[in-house]
Amino acid sequence: MSGDETTTTPPVLRVRGVHKSFDGTAVLSGIDLDIASHQVVVAIGASGSGKSTLLKTINLLERVDDGQIFLKGDDITDPRVNVDSVRSRIGVVFQQFNLFPHLSVIDNVTLASRKVHGVARDEAEAEAERWLDRIGLRAKLKDYPDRLSGGQQQRVAIVRAILSKPELLLLDEITSALDPLLVGEVLDLVRDLKTAGATILMTTHEMSFARSAADHVVFLHQGVILEQGAPDAFFGAPTAPETREYLSRLHAG
Amino acid sequence: MVISLVSTVVLGVLVWLTVINTPGWAAVQQAFFDPAVAWKFLPSVLLGLWLNIRILFFAAIGVAVFATLLAIIRTLRGAVFFPVRFLATAYTDLFRGTPLIIVLYLVGFGIPALGLFPRLPPEVWGTVALILTYSAYVAEVLRAGMEAVHPSQRLAARSLGLTHAQTLRLIVLPQAVRKVTPALMNDFVSMQKDVGLVSVLGAIDAVRAAQIGEADTYNFTPYIVAGLLFVIISWPAIRFTDWLTARAQRREQIGGTV
Repeated sequence: MSGDETTTTPPVLRVRGVHKSFDGTAVLSGIDLDIASHQVVVAIGASGSGKSTLLKTINLLERVDDGQIFLKGDDITDPRVNVDSVRSRIGVVFQQFNLFPHLSVIDNVTLASRKVHGVARDEAEAEAERWLDRIGLRAKLKDYPDRLSGGQQQRVAIVRAILSKPELLLLDEITSALDPLLVGEVLDLVRDLKTAGATILMTTHEMSFARSAADHVVFLHQGVILEQGAPDAFFGAPTAPETREYLSRLHAG
Repeated sequence: MVISLVSTVVLGVLVWLTVINTPGWAAVQQAFFDPAVAWKFLPSVLLGLWLNIRILFFAAIGVAVFATLLAIIRTLRGAVFFPVRFLATAYTDLFRGTPLIIVLYLVGFGIPALGLFPRLPPEVWGTVALILTYSAYVAEVLRAGMEAVHPSQRLAARSLGLTHAQTLRLIVLPQAVRKVTPALMNDFVSMQKDVGLVSVLGAIDAVRAAQIGEADTYNFTPYIVAGLLFVIISWPAIRFTDWLTARAQRREQIGGTV
C-alpha cells in the first residue's frame, strides 16, 4: 500500500500473452494486461469469459500454458519460482469469503502475518485491531466467523487479505454471494483501500461501482480482452457489439 | 420423568426375579458373585488396572501421532507420492483386518525373539501392538475428516502464502478433528477396554490379576471385579462421546456451520 514510484519502476502486474485451457477448451487466449501501482482495474465479462481463471493464474492457483506474468518485474510463471512466496505477496478475497471457521476473527486476520511473515503476535494484533476498528468490527474480534453476517465476513476476509501488506490485491466477485443490502458496506471498504493506495485487480458485476471506482475497465469475452479503457469512455461509448450486448443485458437484468 | 422411573424399576425387578429363579442361579452366584472373593482380590486387580491405565496413556499418544501421519500420507496428492501412499493404504488395510490378539502375539512374542532389542517388559510390546492396530482405524477416521474439510479452505490458506505443511497443521487438521471427534472418542473407548488384552503376553494387568485370582480360588468373581472396573474407567469417555454426538446433531439441525 506504499511505494514510491519513478518512471523506471515496473508495473505491479504485467500479464503477457497468457494462454490457459482446460481439457482442450481454451479459457484464456492471449491476455495482455498492465496494472500500475495504486491502480484499480476492474475486469468484467459474462460467466465463463475467463475472469476468474485470469485471477487464478496470477495467484498461481492455476499454471499458465503459455505466456508470462510479472509481479513487480519478477517472472512468477517461471517454474523455479517459490509459489508460496509469490502468494504471500498477493492478497486474495473470494466470493464465498472462505474464512477459517475454527479461528476467531482476530486469528483469521493475523494468521498470515504471524505464520508467513513472522510478525510477532502483539504487533500483528495491534495492526489488526486498527483495521477492525476502521470497519466497525472491533467488538467482534474474539467471535467466530459463523456469528457474523455475510457482509461482515467478507469485510473480515478483506482485512485478512490486506493485513500482510500485499503488493497486489485480487478481488474475485467479492459481492456476488451477498445479500444486496450488504453489498454497499463491502464496496465502501474497497473504496477505502483505493484511497489508501492499494493496487487492485477485481472482477465484479457491480457496474456502478466499476464506473465510479475503477481507473481502468477491461471486458473479457471468450478468453480475450475485447475492449478496455477508462470507465467514462468504456461505459459511455462501448464500441464492440459484444460489450454493448453484455452491458445492456446487465441493465435489463 | 416419573413414568420412566417406574418403568425402569419394574423392568429391573422383572429381570432380577427371572435371573434368581433360574435353576442354576445358586451355583452361578457362588462362582461369579462371591463378595468375599471380590474383596480379597480387589487390591491386586486395582494394581493391575493401574498398569492398564498407563498402557492406555502411552498408546493413546502413540496412536495420535502415528494415525495422523498415516492419514496425512493417505491424503497426499500427486504421482510422486504414490509409493508412500500405497504403503500407507496397504498398512491400514492389513491392520484393520488383522485381529488385535494376533497382532499382540506377533509383536509380543515375535519381535523379542528377533533378538534386536534388549529385554523389555511385555506391557511395552502390548502397547506397541495396540498402537499398530488402533492407528489403522484412527487414520481412516482422520482421513475422512480431512476430506470433509472444504477445498476452499485449503485454497484460502495457500493463497495467504501458507505452505502445504502449515495448511495441514493450522487449517485442515484442526477442522478435521472437530468433524470426527465423536468417532475418535468411540475408538478411544474401544481401546480403553482392549488394553485388557495385553494380559495374553503375561503382563500383570487387571485381567491377568483376575486370572491369577481365579486360578487361586477356582472362582470367577475376580473377573467380574476387573470387568466392573473397566466399565467405571470407560464411563466418563462414553458419556462424553454421547454428549459430543448430541451437540453435533443439534448444530446440524439448526443449520449452523462448524
